[in-house]
This record gives sequence, C-alpha cells and structure tokens, in this order.
Amino acid sequence: MQQRRILSEKQINAELLNGNLATPKWYFPVMGVLGTGVIIGFITILYMFNRGLGVTGLARPVYWGLFITTFVFWVGISHAGIMISAILRLTQAEWRRPVTRAAELLTVFSLLTALFFPLMHAGRPWRIAYWLLPYDFARGIWPNVRSPLFWDPIAIGTYLTGSTLFLFVALIPDLAILRDRTTGIKKGIYTVLALGWRGNPRQWQLQVVAGILLSALMLPIFVSVHSIVSWDFAVTPAVEGWHSTIFAPYFVIGAVHSGVSAVVTMMCLMRWLWKWNNYIRPEHFDALARLLIVVATAWLGFTFLELIFSLYGRDAPEIALRELQIFTWPWNLIFITFLLTGYIIPVGCWLFKRCRNNIAIMFWTTILVNVGMWLERFLIIVPGLARKQVFVYTWEGYWPSPVEWIIMTWSFAWVSFLMLLFARFFPLVPLFEAKESQVFTTEMKVGRATVPMVIRE
Amino acid sequence: MVAEKQSKFKWGMAVDIDACNGCQACVIACQSENNIPINTEDNFKDARGIEWIRVERYWEGEFPNVKAKFIPILCMHCDNAPCEPVCPVYASYHTVEGLNVQIYNRCVGTRYCANGCPYLVRFFNYWEPEWPESFQNHLNPDVTVRSRGIMEKCSMCIQRIRRGTRDAKKDKREVVDGDISPACVQACPTDALVFGNQKDPESRINKMKNDKRAYTLLDHLKTNNNVWYLAKVDPDIEAHHGDKHHGEGNHKEDSH
Repeated sequence: MQQRRILSEKQINAELLNGNLATPKWYFPVMGVLGTGVIIGFITILYMFNRGLGVTGLARPVYWGLFITTFVFWVGISHAGIMISAILRLTQAEWRRPVTRAAELLTVFSLLTALFFPLMHAGRPWRIAYWLLPYDFARGIWPNVRSPLFWDPIAIGTYLTGSTLFLFVALIPDLAILRDRTTGIKKGIYTVLALGWRGNPRQWQLQVVAGILLSALMLPIFVSVHSIVSWDFAVTPAVEGWHSTIFAPYFVIGAVHSGVSAVVTMMCLMRWLWKWNNYIRPEHFDALARLLIVVATAWLGFTFLELIFSLYGRDAPEIALRELQIFTWPWNLIFITFLLTGYIIPVGCWLFKRCRNNIAIMFWTTILVNVGMWLERFLIIVPGLARKQVFVYTWEGYWPSPVEWIIMTWSFAWVSFLMLLFARFFPLVPLFEAKESQVFTTEMKVGRATVPMVIRE
Repeated sequence: MVAEKQSKFKWGMAVDIDACNGCQACVIACQSENNIPINTEDNFKDARGIEWIRVERYWEGEFPNVKAKFIPILCMHCDNAPCEPVCPVYASYHTVEGLNVQIYNRCVGTRYCANGCPYLVRFFNYWEPEWPESFQNHLNPDVTVRSRGIMEKCSMCIQRIRRGTRDAKKDKREVVDGDISPACVQACPTDALVFGNQKDPESRINKMKNDKRAYTLLDHLKTNNNVWYLAKVDPDIEAHHGDKHHGEGNHKEDSH
C-alpha cells in the first residue's frame, strides 16, 4: 500500500537537484531538437506577418480555425496549475506535493503560449495594443468592454500574474538551497531571487500563509478564465454551435480534464528523464487517475448535455449543424476519434488499478486525452462556422494550411523548450515539499494492516 | 440613443425580389464605387471573394419546369447588430443615422464580427489589394483603399450620403427622397433596390416597408434589420389563393 521510502534530507537534495547542479546527458540533444522546432516556428510566424493571413487556410465562412482551437487548448492545459496546487492544497491532499511546481509551471508556460495565438491571428498584429490596452484618451476611444475579446486578455493576464507569483512564492526556499550550492554568477542570481531566505520560522510562516492566500485568491480565476474563453463563442447568437449557455462550466471541466492529464504526462516524463522514482510514485498516478475518472465523467456529461440542449429545441439549423458535426464525413471520423480518445479508451483503462499504477499506460492514455480534447475544441469551433446556414452562399470546407500546422506544432515545441530550460536552472519537484512530506507522513499499525498516516498542516 | 432619436435620418433599403432579374449590375456598381479588389477566379475558389452586395441564385423545380429565383444580399445594417458588441476596438460601429459601418483605422482584424454576422456580409482582406496597371486611375478618391488584415463591408455608400446631405445643406434645403442613392440602387435597371430615409414619412422606402409583401431576413434572430425584402409574387401560388390583383408580379407568365 504505502510506497513511501524514508529518505534523508541530504539524499533529497542530491536527487532533486540532479538536473540543476549538473547537466543530464540527454539534455543538449533534446534541447537542440526542440530549439530547431522553435526557430522554424518563429520563422513561420514572421513569414505569416510578412505575407498576411492569406497564407492560412481560413476562408469565408470559417474565419477562425486551427489557431483559435490551439489557443483554447493551451488555456485548457493551463488549468492544471490551479487544480493541482491551489485546490488540492486547500483540500490538503497529500499526494499533490511532488507535482505542484510542475503543474504551476505548465500553467505559466501554456498561458504564455496561448496568448500568442489570438494575437498573431489578428489581421494587423502590429496594432493589437489598441485591443489589449486602453488607448488614445485624446479621442475618448477605449476598448469595447462588451467584447469577450477584451475580457480575454484581462482574464488571462490576471491568471498569468497570479500563477507566476504562486510559482515564485513556492520557489523561494528552493532558490535558497541552490544559492548555497552554487558559485560565481549563478550564485549571484540565485541570491537575488531567494530574497534573503534564511529559513527561520517567521519566513516559513509568511511563505505558507502567502501560498494559502494565493490559492484562495486564485480560485475565482480558476472558474473565470475558461468561462471567459468559452464566452468568445457563446455570445454569438448567429452561430448555432456556439450559442450555448452551458459553455462556461463545460469548458472549465474540459479544461481540468485536459490540464490534469497533461500533468500526468509530465509526471511520467519527469520520472523517466530525471529518475525521480522516490518522489513521483505509482500511488500519485493512482490518485490522479481516480480524480481524472470523476472529472472525465462529469465532462462527458456536459458534452451530452450540450448536445441534448441544442437538439431539444428541434430548431432546423441546429439539427443541421449536429448532423454535420456528428454524421458527415470527415467530421464523423473526428467525432468518433474524439469520443474514443477523450473518454472511452483512457477512462476504460483507468478503471483498473493495474493500469493506474503502470507509468507507460498512464503516459499514453493521458496523451490520448489531450488529443481528444484538442479535437473537441476543433469540433466546436470549425463545424460551428462551416455549417450549412442560409445566406452563406459559399459552403466551403476548411482545411488548415501547412503554415497553420507548423505554427501549431511550434507551440508544443515551445512549451517543452521553456519547461526544460526552467528545469535546468530550478528544481521541478519542490524540495521543501518533499521534506515536509517526509515529516508529516508516517505509518501506523492498525490491527494487522499498516495504514499511512498524515499530519495536517 | 438620444442622438439617434434627434438625427433627421435613419437610412434603410428595400429590395423588391419580384423585380430582381439577377443581372448583377448592383454587384459591379458596388465593386467600382467602393474600390473593391477584382474578384478573380482564384479568389472565389478560395472562398475569399469580396462582394459587399451579392446576388444569390436559387433554382426551383426540375428541368424543364425550372425557375431561377434571385435575392440580393447586402449588409442589413441591423439596429441590433451581432457584429457590433463583439469588436474589441469599436471598429464595428453604429452611426446615429442608423448605419452599421466599419472604421478601417481602428480595425485590428480579429474577424470576430464576421463570425457574429448571420448574413456573412463582412469580408476580410487576406492580402494587400491589387489592381491591374490600367485600373490604377479608376479608383474612387472618396473611398479608402483597404489594406490587408482588416474587415470591410457595405457602408450604404456613406460617401454618397455625406455628399447628398452636404449639398442639401449648401443649398439650404432639406434632403428629399431620391437625392441620395448608393451605387447599387443607382445601377439597378429594374428599380428593385430602393434607398431612403425612414424618418421621412413620404419616402418610397417607408411605403415599401409597410407593404404586405415586406419582410426582413432571419427575423427570429431579432437583429432589427434596416433592409426590407418584398416577397416574390409567385403566379402559381397567387392563382391558388385566388388573389390575382395583389402585388406587382407579371401574371401572364402563369404556365397553367
């Protein structure tokens, strides 16, 4: 039952800093490959800026396509951070400890990446300041507060600021450890970042209080960010597939589904790349998979509710849209793939303890979930626009151009690149959390069974 | 809202579908009046052609008893336009004279308005517009040439409205019905398109929009359109209902 091993503090320091104090062998080749992808992506983006959006596959009536799908996808992934570190911290789930930082980090970097998409997707990206910032007071023109596109940067900006603070507060004690173990210019940088951390009781108290306070403050953002992203679609009365009142909770729960899955994927990679088997243990995968079963089922419920709500009115355009989305080639293939990868295969696996404790199976099923979740966003956004409505006159399909595919692939390389870059300089598993967990957990014999015990904070 | 009530004008258009013969003169007139880039075959294949007004053609019946029906679609200049609240930079804007206009300087090209529009009469400039050398001097100096990356749409030829009201003011008289006509209305050979001021009780458009054939498109969306359509008078249906004197249709074409 209990997979915890008693580890000395020295061992914890040595093992968790193995990627920071020395460079792993695989590091440079992997970074080289990712870096090449990042450079190709940026060149493609510059090419698109230079030539105009004509290089994408967008056409009337599909004005939003792969970019917006990928934007929603990354905002969804970013929900992992708050789910894991804020909610699980407040509910005092002990198994959150080793993954809090990785989840927060994923939040920060996926949000940074998500922000790129709507901005480069604008027709005149050099003018986006007019959209993002209140401007031109002389003429009295402010951004339109009625537009969900104006709410987006505010919601995402708040989330990004909060997550970055959260990440930093939790990083301070570990920065101090690194400060004490490095020399030269590195030491200087860590010294500045550690903000004079000495580990005295008052500092610990402040750090813990700040963490709890930030968790509580971030909870409303957790609900609002993806709700606001969903309103980008839900407020358009003329688009049947988008105009839905259920979108806000539907998107939020979908975001948790994809975000927590992404964290599990990352945990597998952390186990394999840095050999942190003592910290990221099968019991953690087991707990997360159980959480995911609940989240995924709730999300599936919303998926069907959305379908039922739309069909309940028996409105002809609405039914035509669903027919396109579910039964018409090639959307029917995407729909089936989405159901299989988003729910049926992964949850089918997670029902069994043997699968939940198998790292490789967890890795591939969570990858599948995110394939499914990406397809879900694609299925909402594109058929919603490409539907056969009256007075369109062009019923063109939409097929993304190579430029769009390259930029989408770039986003994955970019997030991985940033994560690995961070992992080289800062510990991915919080050292103090690992130590705290050693102190707080113990085993106790109750009758014949050995039961894990946790002391609450 | 107050400014809208105080304004002397509320522009609108009526389209008599019964009179439309699908000649596309309005499309060409609009194209040359408003500096719209030439729609090449490739533009249409990419579904990126720009037509501020388009004539949709619908076939009815089986050959040889087949009928073509035409309906010109332009911006409805909705009072309750779905494209307006979604624009983050107020580029999609409602004038006090009831027009829904696009302010090119403000537009950053999010294309959100185009997604919101149920009539799909908003167009995006995917490329920098190009004209053949011989067309360079044909551009209308009153109309901005749109750069790439922004939306554009029917303005009801706002340059002509401005000129009409300015001339009337110069001559110290009121704008009378028929003073101002957008390019499409001017070009229409069958007088199917009628433009006018809805606040002028004597205007032709006011009479047409109160005609019992009058309706607005996609009424259920409650966008409160300012473009009215006058239903086609179908001789077959008319004969069926026994009401032969109603409407302007040509009853001699009755095939029975």
